[in-house]
Amino acid sequence: MDRRTFIGAGAALAATGIAAPALSQGANARTLRFVPQANLANFDPIWGTQYVVRNAAVLVWDTLYGIDDKLVPQRQMVEGEEVSSDGRTWTFRLREGLRFHDNEPVRARDVVASLTRWMARDPMGLMIRAIQQELVAVDDRTFRWVLSRPYPKMLYALGKNNAPMAFVMPERIARTDPFQQITEHIGSGPCRFVRNEWVPGARAVFQRFDGYVPRQEAPNWLAGGKRMMVDRVEWAIMPDPATASSALQNGEVDWWENALTDLVPLLRRNRNVQVDIADPLGNIGAFRLNHLHPPFNDVRARRAILMAMSQEDYMRALVGSDEALWKRLPGFFTPGTPLYNEEGGEVISGPRNMDAARALLRESGYANQPVTVLAAQDQPITKAQGDVTVDLLRRLGMNVDFVATDWGTVGQRRAMKNPPSAGGWNIFFSWHAGADCTNPAAYTAIRANGDGAWFGWPNIPAVEQKVTEWFEAPDLEAEKAAMRGLNRAALENVVYVPTGFFLGYQAWRRNVSGVVKGPIPFAWGVSKS
Amino acid sequence: MWAYILRRVLATIPVMAVVALFVFSLLYLAPGDPAAVIAGDQATPDDVERIRASLGLDRPYLVRFGAWVGDIMSGDLGTSIFTNLPVSTMIAQRVEPTLSLCLLTLVLAVSIAVPMGVVAAWKQGTLVDRAVMGFAVLGFSVPVFVVGYLLAYVFALELDWLPVQGYTPFREGFFPWLENLILPSIALGGVYIALIARITRATMLEVLGQDYIRTARAKGANQAGILFVHALKNAAVPIVTVIGIGLALLIGGAVVTESVFAIPGLGRLTVDAILRRDYPVIQGVVLLFSFVYVLVNLLIDLLYTLFDPRIRY
Repeated sequence: MDRRTFIGAGAALAATGIAAPALSQGANARTLRFVPQANLANFDPIWGTQYVVRNAAVLVWDTLYGIDDKLVPQRQMVEGEEVSSDGRTWTFRLREGLRFHDNEPVRARDVVASLTRWMARDPMGLMIRAIQQELVAVDDRTFRWVLSRPYPKMLYALGKNNAPMAFVMPERIARTDPFQQITEHIGSGPCRFVRNEWVPGARAVFQRFDGYVPRQEAPNWLAGGKRMMVDRVEWAIMPDPATASSALQNGEVDWWENALTDLVPLLRRNRNVQVDIADPLGNIGAFRLNHLHPPFNDVRARRAILMAMSQEDYMRALVGSDEALWKRLPGFFTPGTPLYNEEGGEVISGPRNMDAARALLRESGYANQPVTVLAAQDQPITKAQGDVTVDLLRRLGMNVDFVATDWGTVGQRRAMKNPPSAGGWNIFFSWHAGADCTNPAAYTAIRANGDGAWFGWPNIPAVEQKVTEWFEAPDLEAEKAAMRGLNRAALENVVYVPTGFFLGYQAWRRNVSGVVKGPIPFAWGVSKS
Repeated sequence: MWAYILRRVLATIPVMAVVALFVFSLLYLAPGDPAAVIAGDQATPDDVERIRASLGLDRPYLVRFGAWVGDIMSGDLGTSIFTNLPVSTMIAQRVEPTLSLCLLTLVLAVSIAVPMGVVAAWKQGTLVDRAVMGFAVLGFSVPVFVVGYLLAYVFALELDWLPVQGYTPFREGFFPWLENLILPSIALGGVYIALIARITRATMLEVLGQDYIRTARAKGANQAGILFVHALKNAAVPIVTVIGIGLALLIGGAVVTESVFAIPGLGRLTVDAILRRDYPVIQGVVLLFSFVYVLVNLLIDLLYTLFDPRIRY
């Protein structure tokens, strides 16, 4: 019995045939009970860049700009901005009435300190820091940023949803070393973090901040007015999906961020529960090849993998038979977004050719040396990709050393540059949120700048050239041209192996309204009857 | 007696020291890197290295061990790498649910299993005996999480009598507290009931064959008196031993039970900490568990004197 069958059967045991609605037990219409994707183990959105931390942080801290569902940055804390004619000097003015949760006003010097801390940890921030000449508070509501050369993606950097986001904190907190965790959780966002009710691994509570002044525009992802319709948002951490499913059906929780695909048929049979796609930007499955060591230091061996692999195999292993949840991805960028393209994608979308792949592998000089494959068994997505890959490599005639372990171990070992025989590796697995893959800005996995690149350390100047062209592109057409070149160069040189595009579900009680699809579970605008 | 208790309490110190050394060394040698977990999946190698340095994880073994022991000696279990909260605070947040779960399970198990074992021994070879032993086999064989899902299905989703998950602190009322713990306690208690019932039956069978039991019967003592006064008291020592040893089962089972019923207890804290390599939390919890084991063993030894006056310390 495999994992999917087992979990499905277990959950069916716990709920099948329960058409009768279970009454909510003591549910409070002013409290939204939410089951997040993971445990909120730490709460510093600059220090810890996990998605779950970011998702909690958007309730507590506000940003200068916020992207909308078109991925366009809109003003949020900022009232207006001016950019000099040479594009090097930006002057920003804050909205009136912004306050922190300790009732202190938000001042420009808080923003300066926050941006300084953020820049030390964010890839786009680092780029800005490299060309920064001055970042100063002009007065309480105005700050100025002077650069040595124009940075066209400035507003996107300040409003993007990729972690770490450019959150604004009080100056005294923002002065914390970016590699040390903050100890106070004071923001100016729509909710206060109730620290004394925080039980890591079990519960986190957010209380509506009455002093928050939302923008007048309608809410749209991170843009517009963030109006809290409930007094409290309570996060209940549930490591077991079957328990979360049962709790939702029983009315003990209101909203489950990542309903397990296997349990969705069960949830759909409950008339009190609604199920929909969680994030239309989805995820991109990936396996990383180590470019430093044989056999994948030879581009022919990497191409052999692309020629042989079937994304359908990977996607079915990940999301099962639900065809609506996945699609082939002949490239590296998020389908449905403005810069998506399939340039050079024939190697993935064309017919599979195992014989040609084997021949190319032999040509690369592969001599049956062991290929060390790391797979974290405690993460279903990486485990499934690992199983499919081991089968693929064996069919290609490779000698596989499959290291099935946990995420903590993979996280350590993937950072080692030693040869696989000396504690290193050849392949490990991951996935990237589609929101991170709409362009190269926050897409660390697409970078190929050698030691500065993500694990696997690809060093491919042609890819980096296209990334630079995108950053410097003056308009959308130029951006699109750069992205087409980037997709082709990344595929030809196989920066990594994309295993497909997949979506996930969220589920909520029908007495909850205002849930939107997005890369973050936005709690503002969500109400309970 | 008091000198014995003092000796035993003092003897826990070297035991704890060995446990501390063992746990620290194992964690040091074990693969895994909390810095990589903290940094997140998209972090660069440089980020991971900076975080590792900021946490002091790049320091040599002896330096780290010395610092940790120094902290322990001053009563400080350290600070969680991830939450930045004191380990003692995190343990304190989690003690009540686990203690409640274990105590209720213990009470349920003993009050069900001991009479079951006694009756099975009394009715040896009958249908009752076979039913009890059949239940015991079932209790040993069915995993805790299967029982948990079954109970949740029947009593929470189907009948809507009890909640599926969660924990209500005792201070919020006895019945709300009990409501959340009934299903987990039954699920967790299955193995424990089976174990105690089998041991009780076996020990009672041995005792019921003794001469003094025959004498009691010959003198006209009633059956209940024979079973629960004469026989059970003399069979108590092995039963109490098993109850004590079974605490290990309880704590192990609590990990699964707490996950299935989303109870914020020490079991889940331990598993989460291990998966993230949150060394201070793992070390703190393991030390706590070992201390509890030592105390439970001491308690059992003392209980022997109650049931068997011949035992003296």
